Amino acid sequence: MSRDRYSRFRKFHQAKWDEEIIFELSVPGERGVLVPKAEAAVADEIGDGVSVLGGLKRKKAPALPEVSQMRVNRHYLRLSQETMGTDVNIDISQGTCTMKYSPKVQEHLAARHPGIVEVHPLQDPDTMQGVLEIIYRTEQLMKEISGLDHFCFQPGGGAHGVYTNASIIREYHLSRGDYKRDEIITTMFSHPCDAATPNTAGFKVITLMPDENGFPPIEAFKAALSERTAGIMITNPEDTGIYNPRIKEYVDAAHAVGALCSYDQANANAFLGIARAKEAGFDMCHFNMHKTFSAPHGCMGPATGAVGYKDFLKPFMPVPRVEFDGRKYYLDYNCPQSIGKTRSFLGNFGVILKSYMWIMQHGAEGLKEAAICSVLNNNYMMKKLKETRGVVMYYDFGVGKNRLEQVRWSWEKLQQDTGFGTGDVNQRLSDFGIQHYWTSHHPWVVPEPFTLEPCESYSKDDLDEYCGVLAEISRECYEEPEVIKGAPHCGPTHRVKHPEINDEELIAVTWRQYLKKKGLKK
Amino acid sequence: MSKNNIVYPYIPNSVPEVKAEMMKVIGINDPMELYEREIPEELRFKGVMNLPEPIYDEYSIKRHTEDILKKNKNASEYLCFLGAGCAPHFVPAVCDEINGRGEFLTAYVGESIADHGKWQAFFEYASLMAELCDMDILSIPMYDGAQAAASSIRMANRINSRGTVLIPEKINPENMMVLKNYLKSVPEPDIKIVTLKCDAAGLIDVEDLKSKISQDVCAVMIENPTYLGSVEVKAEEIGKIAREAGAEYIVYTDPISLGVMEAPANYGATITCGDFHTLGLHMGAGGCQGGFIATFDDMKYISEFKDLMFGITETSVEGEYGFGEVLFDRTSYGSRDKANEFTGTSTGLWAITAGVYLAIMGPKGMEEVGTTIMQRSQYAAKKIAEVPGVEVNMSAPFFKEFVVDFNKTGKTAAEINEALLGYKIIGGKDLSFDFPEMGQSILFCVTEIHTKDDIDKLAYALKGIVSR
Repeated sequence: MSRDRYSRFRKFHQAKWDEEIIFELSVPGERGVLVPKAEAAVADEIGDGVSVLGGLKRKKAPALPEVSQMRVNRHYLRLSQETMGTDVNIDISQGTCTMKYSPKVQEHLAARHPGIVEVHPLQDPDTMQGVLEIIYRTEQLMKEISGLDHFCFQPGGGAHGVYTNASIIREYHLSRGDYKRDEIITTMFSHPCDAATPNTAGFKVITLMPDENGFPPIEAFKAALSERTAGIMITNPEDTGIYNPRIKEYVDAAHAVGALCSYDQANANAFLGIARAKEAGFDMCHFNMHKTFSAPHGCMGPATGAVGYKDFLKPFMPVPRVEFDGRKYYLDYNCPQSIGKTRSFLGNFGVILKSYMWIMQHGAEGLKEAAICSVLNNNYMMKKLKETRGVVMYYDFGVGKNRLEQVRWSWEKLQQDTGFGTGDVNQRLSDFGIQHYWTSHHPWVVPEPFTLEPCESYSKDDLDEYCGVLAEISRECYEEPEVIKGAPHCGPTHRVKHPEINDEELIAVTWRQYLKKKGLKK
Repeated sequence: MSKNNIVYPYIPNSVPEVKAEMMKVIGINDPMELYEREIPEELRFKGVMNLPEPIYDEYSIKRHTEDILKKNKNASEYLCFLGAGCAPHFVPAVCDEINGRGEFLTAYVGESIADHGKWQAFFEYASLMAELCDMDILSIPMYDGAQAAASSIRMANRINSRGTVLIPEKINPENMMVLKNYLKSVPEPDIKIVTLKCDAAGLIDVEDLKSKISQDVCAVMIENPTYLGSVEVKAEEIGKIAREAGAEYIVYTDPISLGVMEAPANYGATITCGDFHTLGLHMGAGGCQGGFIATFDDMKYISEFKDLMFGITETSVEGEYGFGEVLFDRTSYGSRDKANEFTGTSTGLWAITAGVYLAIMGPKGMEEVGTTIMQRSQYAAKKIAEVPGVEVNMSAPFFKEFVVDFNKTGKTAAEINEALLGYKIIGGKDLSFDFPEMGQSILFCVTEIHTKDDIDKLAYALKGIVSR
C-alpha cells in the first residue's frame, strides 16, 4: 500500500514494542558473550591473577543483567526501531541542527576500515600517515571554505569548539598582559553555548536582546563594548534564520576596542561558497562537521567542532598541530603559548574523515550547490507555510526580506484561536512519521516557536509532504481538537506525565534509583 | 544542476527542472537573488573557492580514501601493545551491529516519544554504568575521560568552593593538559592544581598528601588504576584523608577493570569518573572515547551535573514507560551562562554502545575479562622482565599496563619501539617525553586480546632488540 492517493499522507505507525528495561530481561546464569580466557600455561605460571588485588578485589559482582545474546540484540534493535533517525524520516524538524543525509560510503569506511578502526591515536606519526594526511587535507579545505588561516579538529562537538575559542580569547589577552578583559558579548539568538562556554572559561557574559529587526541594534552593541571586552561570540545567521547584514560593523566596532571576534558557524549551511568568516572580519570561527559537513549526529555524538583562526592566533591553538614538511606529516607539540588541549588525542577522527569525503565529493561548485538548494528549499517552504492557518512568522518584513536556510516560526495565532500551542502540534507530528520538531532554545523570545531547516537533502516532494502534514495538524486543531488532545496515537509510547522532572521525589535517572524510589527491591 | 552539469546524488533538487519549478513558486529567476536581498555585496565571497577537483562518483571517493587509509599501520596487521588512555580491546559484534543501526546513527535531539528508544538506551547506559560503579547517578556522556575528570573537579568546587584540587603528578598527560586549560579563569585560575608526589609506578606519596591537604582543598583526585598501570593500594586511606578534611574524593578509573577491581564507591570515592571507550568500542584513531561521571543519590551531587539527564517516568497509559528531562535548568540549554559549565553534542552513540557491551557481558563477562587482562599482563611483565638488561619495577599490583625500564640497555625507548615495528609490533607508550625523570621507559599495555603467543613474540622481539 502506498501513500494516500489524494491527501498524500501515510497511515503511519511507529514501532511500539513495549520493550522492557534491560534489567527486567535478566535470567540468572544466562550469558550474552564468552570472552577470551588466559591459556592454561599462563594460568599455571601466574595463578588466578586477581588475588594480588587484596583488599581492592571486588567483593560483590556488579548487578548487571544476565541476558542471552539474541535477547540483547533483539532488545537494542527494538529500541533502535523506536528511534526516528534522519535515515527514516523527513528530518526537516530539527532546525539549527542541519539534519542532512550522511552518505553510507563514508560510514562504511569509518566504521569498518582497519586503517581507522584498528589505529591507536598515539602510534608513531610515521605509522599513521594516513590519519595525519586526512586531517591535514581537511584543514586545507576548511581554510578555503572559511578564508581563515589555520584549523584544528580536536573539539568533540560544536559547543566544545566554541569553548575552545573562548579559551583562546582568554589566553590571547593574558599573553599580552591584558588582565582586565573579563567580558564576552553575545546575543540572545546566538546558541546557548555562545553564552555558556565563555562563562566556563572564566568570563562574565553580556547577552544583548534583539530589536524589531531580530538582532541587537548596533547602538546597543557599541554601548556594551569597553576596554573590558575580551571578545564577541555570535552566530550569524542567528537561530531565527535572520542574517545580520551589518555584521561587519559589529566586528569592526569590537576590534576598535581591542576585542576578538568569534564566529559561531553552526548555521553555515547556506553560506558555503557564498559568504565567509574572513570577509566579515572575524578572527576565529567554528563549524559543526556533523551538521554542515554531513557526518551523522549519532544520538548526540561523536561529533567534531572544527575551529579556525587567523594567523596571529596560531600560537594559542590546541596541540599537537598536524604539519607537513613536504615529504611527510608530523605532529608539532612545540607551541609554548598553546592553550594545551580541550580533548584527548586528535579528536574524533571518524567524523573528520566523513567530512573530508563529503567536501571532496562536492568540490567548490557542489558546496555552493548545497548552499543554494538549502536556501531554495527554505524559501519554497516559507511560501507554503505562510499560507498555513495559525502560523506566524516573526520578523517578517515581506517581499525582499527573506530568510536564508531556516526559520524560527510561531504558532502564536493557532494558540490564540484554538488553545493548542506548539507543544500540542509537536506531539501530533510524529503520528505522521515525522520527528518532533525543535521548538527553540531557552528563553522563548518568539512565542510558541518551532524551528525548521529544510537543508539540501530534501526533495520537493519531501517539502510538500512536510508542509502538508503541518497544514493538516493545523486543520485538526481548528476542527478536530480531540485528535490533538490525545496525540501521539501511533508512537512507541504516549504523552509523558512529567516531561520535565524537577521534583526530587520523581527523579530516577538509573534503574537502581527507580527501584529505590518505588520501594521495590532489586 | 550547477554550472558543471552534475546532478548531485545527495542534493535531489539539483535537477534543473525541479529547481526551475521551485523558483517559479517563490517568484525568482535565479537563486542568487535570495542572497542578494540578504547579504550585502561587500560580505559576499567573489569567485570560486580554490578547492581540489571533486571526486564525484562513489566508487572513486571510496578508492581515494582507502588509498590514504592504507598508509596507516594498524592493529589488525600488527600486534599492538599501546595503551595510555586508549587500548585494543575485544568488541563484541553486537556492539557494532547496534551502533551501525541507521536509526541510532542518524538521530539527534528528538523528544522522548518519537525517540523513545534512544531515551531508553541512554537510561540503560546510565543504569548499567551505575551498577558497574556501584553508584546511583549518571548523566548522558561527555567528550572523553579528560572532560569527565575536569568536570568532576568543577562539580566538587561548586559544592564546597574551596578552590584547590590535589592530583597525582603522574596522571595521564593528555588529561593533565585538558585539566590545566579547563580549570582556568580570568585572570586567575578558577581552581588551582597542586600535584602530589608519586613513585616510579605512579603511586601517591601519602605523606606528601597529608602535608598538602587543607580546608582549601575542594577535591583529591586519583587514578585507579593509575596512568602507569599500578593499582593504587592505598586508595582507601587516601580517600579517608580527603574526606576527613571535608574534600570530595574523585577516583578516575578504567571501567573495564571493575569486574575484578573494587568499585571506587566502596573504598570511599564520592565521585567516580573515567573514559568508557574500553567498553565495546574500537580504537578508531582516538575517535571512540567517551567520558562518564557517577555519584551517589544525593541532590548535593545531582544538581551539579552539567549534562542532560533522562529520568524514567510514566505516561498517560498505565504501566507504560516514558522518559523526561531531569533538572533541565542545570544545563546550558536551560540557562545559558547561568548553567553548570556548558553542555552540547558529545558521544551519545558510544554511550549506547557501552550500554550494549555491559548488557551482553553481564557480571560474569566483566569478571572474566578483568581476570584475563590481569593474568596476561602479569605474564607479559614476567616474560619481559626475563630479558637481560630490562627491568619491570612495579611497586604494586597492576592492571593492564606496566612500566618497562630500558635504561640499562643503552637503547632509547624510541629505538626500542622503532625496532619493534620490524617485528610487526606496535610497541608501548614512550614515557621519556612526558616523564623525563623516568629515563628510557615504555608503558606496555596487555589486554584480553593478547594471546600467550602474542606476548611471547613481544618478549622474543625485545630480547633480540636489546642484545643487538
